[in-house]
Amino acid sequence: MAKSLGPVKRKFEPWNDPNAQPFIRFENITKKYGDFTAVSNLSLDIYEREFFSLLGPSGCGKTTLMRMLAGFEDPTKGRILLQGNDISGVPPYRRPTNMMFQSYALFPHMTVEKNIAFGLEQDRLSKGEIEARVQEMLKLVKLEEFAKRKPGQLSGGQRQRVALARSLAKRPKVLLLDEPLGALDRKLREETQFELMDIQHTLGLTFLIVTHDQEEAMTVSDRIAVMDKGVIVQVDTPAEIYEAPNSRYVADFIGDINIMEGTVVSPAVDQGSQAVVTLDCNGLAVAVEQECAAIPGDRVAFAIRPEKVRISPDQPADASANAAQGEVWDIGYLGDFSIFLVSLSDGRIVRAAQANVSRLVDRPITFGDMVWLTWPKDAGLVLTR
Amino acid sequence: MAEISTTSNSGPARWLVVAVPYIWLLLFFAAPFLIILKISLSDTAIAMPPYTPVLDGLGSVGDFVSQLDLENYLFLAEDPLYIQSYLSSLQMAFISTLLLLLIGYPMALAMARAPSRWRPTLVMLVILPFWTSFLIRVYAWIGILKPEGLLTVFLQTIGLMGPDEQVQIYRTDIAVFIGIVYSYLPFMVLPLYSALEKMDATLLEAANDLGCPPMKAFWKITFPLSTPGVIAGSLICFIPITGEFVIPDLLGGPDTLMIGKTLWTEFFGNRDWPLASAVAVLLLLVLVVPIMIFQNQQQKAG
Repeated sequence: MAKSLGPVKRKFEPWNDPNAQPFIRFENITKKYGDFTAVSNLSLDIYEREFFSLLGPSGCGKTTLMRMLAGFEDPTKGRILLQGNDISGVPPYRRPTNMMFQSYALFPHMTVEKNIAFGLEQDRLSKGEIEARVQEMLKLVKLEEFAKRKPGQLSGGQRQRVALARSLAKRPKVLLLDEPLGALDRKLREETQFELMDIQHTLGLTFLIVTHDQEEAMTVSDRIAVMDKGVIVQVDTPAEIYEAPNSRYVADFIGDINIMEGTVVSPAVDQGSQAVVTLDCNGLAVAVEQECAAIPGDRVAFAIRPEKVRISPDQPADASANAAQGEVWDIGYLGDFSIFLVSLSDGRIVRAAQANVSRLVDRPITFGDMVWLTWPKDAGLVLTR
Repeated sequence: MAEISTTSNSGPARWLVVAVPYIWLLLFFAAPFLIILKISLSDTAIAMPPYTPVLDGLGSVGDFVSQLDLENYLFLAEDPLYIQSYLSSLQMAFISTLLLLLIGYPMALAMARAPSRWRPTLVMLVILPFWTSFLIRVYAWIGILKPEGLLTVFLQTIGLMGPDEQVQIYRTDIAVFIGIVYSYLPFMVLPLYSALEKMDATLLEAANDLGCPPMKAFWKITFPLSTPGVIAGSLICFIPITGEFVIPDLLGGPDTLMIGKTLWTEFFGNRDWPLASAVAVLLLLVLVVPIMIFQNQQQKAG
């Protein structure tokens, strides 16, 4: 389908600019419910025009953090700054944030139009202004024909659009999205993700999205904060989070990964231009190009993504390369990729993904084959946490 | 269509299930109503039963029909007592329903917003008065409201009233309102509660988030969404209050004019069954017709 994509997106990383002022700042935020600590001494900066994701399993505190920004909850300790101003104690109806609720929370007794106009009416805008803004929003979410319908007469995807239009109508400084796409089917979800990015880009707003869906977070975000039990484990760009997770938790949470426990044999020493660590993972020697403070004897983990493991029936020519021999235990055919589950001699399973560049009939490796797994020194990671 | 009905749900069992409510309505609503309607078209007589004509045998159907007339209804229209009774009843019912809404709505709202583990207990407390007989509860109000009753004693004890003053509420319209509001409160609270409890609390958060302060959000969101409960509660209270007899009889004064009392006097005092029946039929029309029109409009709107 022909579609104008607009200008090519430019590199955007204010978090690396030492002069950039954070738009939203969470400062040592703690939130307790009785004995339960939902958020624990958390600090985080979000920049203007950023599409920021809070990612984590349910109960990790991500929704609580968002609700504190919206004003529905007060932090037990710490403060939240918006453009440098402390917004503690400002009620939700006076905050320049708007939220798109997970359940959409559309007003069932009002038409689509009225739902979108609701926030504008609170601002006492003139009738003409409201009308114009509502039309603009309806156009933005492509719901012009549905203006007079009530939420009950819409499909899930349409309701989601109304909710988005309603939360955008007031041009909030920050749009908060609570699991916005959870209720949509996969295809619609993917479409909507790109639409969201488009809208965010066009309107130039700051988006904060809460999700447990790592794929969603990866697709839409400029940066992701991975949360666990009320703390942020890592804040980084999607690529960094994926390629350089800082802990076993993040590595395991995002995407598919092989993790092998091991001990450091020799610390990071310069070999040519790059430092190399060598590990012993239960008899398997692994060399990793990485700056790493671990000293010999430290318990660490070696992590490598399946698509970075090469699978081949032949033994590699280079004897110094990282290699392991095993038997093909199972094959998962995913269409674009095949996942090979290879069982090493000690029973450990290593997953290797191979792009299906030729058709199925030509696939040479099958169940029970003895194969060699190889990977370059810069493909895997040593995780100390 | 035909296929579905012949394959699955035919036979006497299904017929019976459908028929039971209709038979019930026929026996206990339609039949008594027709009898009342017939009596209302008859003339009073000093006999047993105290009206003519009575239908005895199919042969006299012609005679029977020819003797029916609208005399009683014409009489109701002529005598201002009846019109005043109707109007006064409707007024009493209207004011009572309004008072019930004013008291019941905050109660229902508080119940619906209470922590969910308390709610069954609160509902239980609302229903609790039903465990005592209605009549006993109304008599209890006599004990409270009469001049030398508990209220007087209480007010005298706390010094708000001198030793020779007395509360003059018993046998007035105020006592009737107190009795009615007290007795009908559960019927108002429960439908309101069930409408409010169903409401999604995030709707109010959404309204807040969009710049609407809580008080305004109540009128924009909570109240409109509770209208089914408001309508149900108001109808459930308004209809029986209009025909209420026991409360105005026990608590009201000689000048408390309500159609239920008028009806009772006609039936038992004057033994004028035909006129009493006409009063009853007219009461039914006064209540049913506007409600049917209203519900019809609601259906069209919804």
